[in-house]
Amino acid sequence: MLYINCPHCGMRSQNEFSYGGDASVKRPELNKEVSDQEWDNFVYNRKSLRGKHLELWQHISGCRQWIKVERDTATHEIFRTFKADEEVA
Amino acid sequence: MTQAFRIENGGLINRDKKLSFKFNGKTYFGYEGDTLASALLANGVHLVGRSFKYHRPRGFFGAGVDEPYAVVQLYRNGETEPNIKATEQELFDGLEAKSVNCWPSVNFDIGAINNFLKIFLPAGFYYKTFMWPKSFWYRIYEPFIRKAAGLGVASTKHDKERYEHKYEYCDLLIAGSGPSGLAGAYAAAKNGAKVILAEDKPRFGGSLLTSDVNIGNQSGKDWAEGIIAELKTMPNVVVKNRSQIFGYYDHNMLVMSEKVSDHLPSTKKYHPNKRLWYIRAKEVLISSGSIERPIVFGNNDTPGVMLSSAAKEYLKVYGVLVGRKPLVFTNNDSGYETAIEFKKHGVDPVVLDSRKNPASEIIDEAKNLGINIKNSYVVVAAQGYKKVKSADIASISEDKKQLGKIENIQCDCICVSGFWTPTVHLASQSGNKTKFKEEIDAFVPGQSKQNEITLGAANGEFSLEETLKTSFKAGSELSKKITQKDNEIAVPNVVEKKSSQHDKFWCVPLPKGKNYKRFLDFQNDVAVSDVEIALREGYRSIEHVKRYTTLGMATDQGKTSNLNGLQLVSEIENKVVPAVGHTTFRPPYTPVSIGAIVGREVGKHSKPTRKSPMHTWHEKNNAVFVDAGVWLRPRYYKRGNENLFEASKREAKNVRTNVGVCDVTTLGKIDIKGPDAAELLNRVYTNAWLKLPVGKARYGVMLREDGIVMDDGTTTRISENHYHMTTTTAQAANVLSHLEYYLQLVWPELNVNVVSTTEQWAGAAIAGPKSRDLLQKLFQNSDVSNEGLPFMGYMEGDLFGVKARIFRISFSGELAYEVNVESDYGNFMWEKIIEVGKEFNIQPYGTEALSTLRIEMGHVAGSELDGRTIPFDNALEGLVSKKKDFIGKRSLQRSAFIAEDRQRIVGVVPLDKQTSIPEGSHLVKDDKAPLPNPKLGHISASCWSVEYDNPFSLAILKDGKNMIGQKLFAMSPLKNKVIPVEIVSSHYVDPKGERVRS
Ligand SMILES: [Zn+2]
Repeated sequence: MLYINCPHCGMRSQNEFSYGGDASVKRPELNKEVSDQEWDNFVYNRKSLRGKHLELWQHISGCRQWIKVERDTATHEIFRTFKADEEVA
Repeated sequence: MTQAFRIENGGLINRDKKLSFKFNGKTYFGYEGDTLASALLANGVHLVGRSFKYHRPRGFFGAGVDEPYAVVQLYRNGETEPNIKATEQELFDGLEAKSVNCWPSVNFDIGAINNFLKIFLPAGFYYKTFMWPKSFWYRIYEPFIRKAAGLGVASTKHDKERYEHKYEYCDLLIAGSGPSGLAGAYAAAKNGAKVILAEDKPRFGGSLLTSDVNIGNQSGKDWAEGIIAELKTMPNVVVKNRSQIFGYYDHNMLVMSEKVSDHLPSTKKYHPNKRLWYIRAKEVLISSGSIERPIVFGNNDTPGVMLSSAAKEYLKVYGVLVGRKPLVFTNNDSGYETAIEFKKHGVDPVVLDSRKNPASEIIDEAKNLGINIKNSYVVVAAQGYKKVKSADIASISEDKKQLGKIENIQCDCICVSGFWTPTVHLASQSGNKTKFKEEIDAFVPGQSKQNEITLGAANGEFSLEETLKTSFKAGSELSKKITQKDNEIAVPNVVEKKSSQHDKFWCVPLPKGKNYKRFLDFQNDVAVSDVEIALREGYRSIEHVKRYTTLGMATDQGKTSNLNGLQLVSEIENKVVPAVGHTTFRPPYTPVSIGAIVGREVGKHSKPTRKSPMHTWHEKNNAVFVDAGVWLRPRYYKRGNENLFEASKREAKNVRTNVGVCDVTTLGKIDIKGPDAAELLNRVYTNAWLKLPVGKARYGVMLREDGIVMDDGTTTRISENHYHMTTTTAQAANVLSHLEYYLQLVWPELNVNVVSTTEQWAGAAIAGPKSRDLLQKLFQNSDVSNEGLPFMGYMEGDLFGVKARIFRISFSGELAYEVNVESDYGNFMWEKIIEVGKEFNIQPYGTEALSTLRIEMGHVAGSELDGRTIPFDNALEGLVSKKKDFIGKRSLQRSAFIAEDRQRIVGVVPLDKQTSIPEGSHLVKDDKAPLPNPKLGHISASCWSVEYDNPFSLAILKDGKNMIGQKLFAMSPLKNKVIPVEIVSSHYVDPKGERVRS
């Protein structure tokens, strides 16, 4: 079970969180023309990386905040975690 | 019955407490502190079972967790449990156990015929033979295998025992209480670290209980007892015996199974049987020790052949002689330690050492005691069927290829030592890549992967002095990192006998003309010849060899067999052992009860049960409940002998003619506040929300980004910046997460807060033509006329002194209202509605009537919003704004979603107006068409229309828009039904929606 550092609550076990997928996906802005390809990329196409991956988790049984977690998908090592509005450098 | 093999004195058992137990129906006696194994051996019982495949007689091979043979069926307190190791099961008064793998009895086993038909079950036999003919599998092979195989029988009864889960955090977790674990724990504890020390056996001390060493002028055992006693007094230390750490998972999470009650005749009141600990440790010290490995020789599975360390443990811990004429067969000094113990108790052993000229302090001691030692000698084969009677022995050449003349010597047990295998399982599970250590012919942990360190014998370090030194140091340093304290501990003075290099020898060659079975894996009956076959047939990867031969796959996970298997493969393949590699060590290290893993989450505790504040009223009024997610909802209220069908029809009819009341507390409710609340709603719902006035409700549909309908419900504007959203019961949690996602990540600029208020409000839907009359009597100070509270209107009211929210919304399609009060007043509200409603012939209605009402109105619900439909499919396209953008809108342009013949909701009526259509039935054009019959759609929901008194269903049908009036067939192969049907409008009752506005 992963041990995730919620930027709001501190170290918490994985069973308090739910997974939310790739955090690098940006939703196209509302009311903007979007090509079929762009939309497909946003809705469906994901890389399924092996290695360092920035992903979303929600602390559902805690502060209910969505957070970003930088995790190695092969080793499960977690490098850093960020608040939803934090820029990831 | 005397315990003929129990020595007069000695051992750590309590001789004052005699215990009676039964094995295979026969009564024996042992002492408190015995295991079932030691007690049986004390009584001279060596035959405990039959082997898995060949049904050869099986005795005891080890004295603990590594035991491959002595697996029994246990009977305790009216319950039975399979797959219990007799070497681990502590004796209690009244214990009963039986052999497994034998039929009809352990002494006469029919399956043993497999043993004489040696050709019968070679490696891969199952894969090859049982393939063909296919029809034989079910009738002949499978029943045969089922009868013959297995390590016992699972109980079919409900398990009365209770199992607990516990979450724990610590600075240092220590796996194993041998010298390394004790030293590490002591040093860390002295530095103030929070320490958990786990020992799988009942007694702490590990190898110190049996080794002849001296620490700080005390015996190893006394030193260990002193340390444990002191640790137990420290508030920052938890010491746990009977507790096996069986898995090392991600981020230093380890799981430990504590046997709380297995050693007692019955579980104490309020105690669990087992407790599963989830431990998150900052640092982990793996001090799991090592397991002696056997040397492979002919008939090495005969009862009476056992590990030399086990023989020593039975003697020193339990005061039991495993034989009176022991033969010790060793390639290292450990065998001598066992021989010395025998000699000290007046038994004369013979030692066969494969080495030519070994010399060490231990060997000198053996010689001084006058023990008969034969160098360059090996056991070629054990003789005897149910028990060792003698051994064929021979001298062996220095290259270990040539055997001398075979001699036979009398013996009643063969104690074998092929040196030591570090227990690297936990380190390996943590992700540590093990490395092969030539000096000890075994794998040891490599670079630490998580915060784990492996010390002592588990790390291939067999010197006590060195182990204590490194472990004290590690305990200090690991704890210093955490507590910043540095209380120096002086390493005590150690006296131990130095040993000499072991012999790299693990398998005795077959003598000419002999074809003895030489077993590698004792539990799964894998012999040297099986591995040879696998390699001959082309299996190369050790993982494939393992699966083909089943080497190391049984419940003992090859603890005694893995390395010898690798040695064999490396020899045949002409590769070094590290190049062969080992198979993956996976948790659990030892079998764990399913009950312990499940814990308290059984029966009604397998999920939470949520009840509305009116639950007790429902119960008192004969409600029959149904699970709705985690909620319990009344399905119908039973009157007299009514069944579900009759009751729900009555309830639904009463709504259509008088008035009914339904508990809608379970609907998800979300409170939305903030100046941008309307903007949020406008973005997540498909329809327009910016112009909804205060005091009005609106129905809305939410999509996922892929255009599929996620949920529907009404949202009411309570005040300028305050909205009350309702969701379906099932989607409540998802909708909240969905809103939070967009607010926190996508549109953080929106100034809105959302919070679940599902549990804060109790809800009652009042529906039917007389609902307004009832409402007026409930809210005498409010104007609830059609003008005062129009359709989709909202107001607050006073319900006999209780503040209530009144919504004029309808799911039933009738004139209807929903009243919400704070949960604590829910029952008050309900009772008032029932009481005042009496004069209007009010009846409560359950979910079944609710379904009927919504189905015949063509209102969609979960069975249509099933994660596969878009607004058009549900005839909701009128709610999809063409002007504004919203979540999922772009996806609605997908070609499949705008296809001419896109699926759409329709009504379905059977032509005979009699036969109900099973939900899930497929709609097809031709009921005689060859299979697979092309499916045009499916029945999503069925009811008995109370309006027309005939069956009515909703369906999602291809090109549904143009299918009205068509005749099709509803086919349900599951129910074996073919029903001719007509397609009609989904709005079966009141298609213009006049009633809700009346
Ligand atoms: Zn949090």
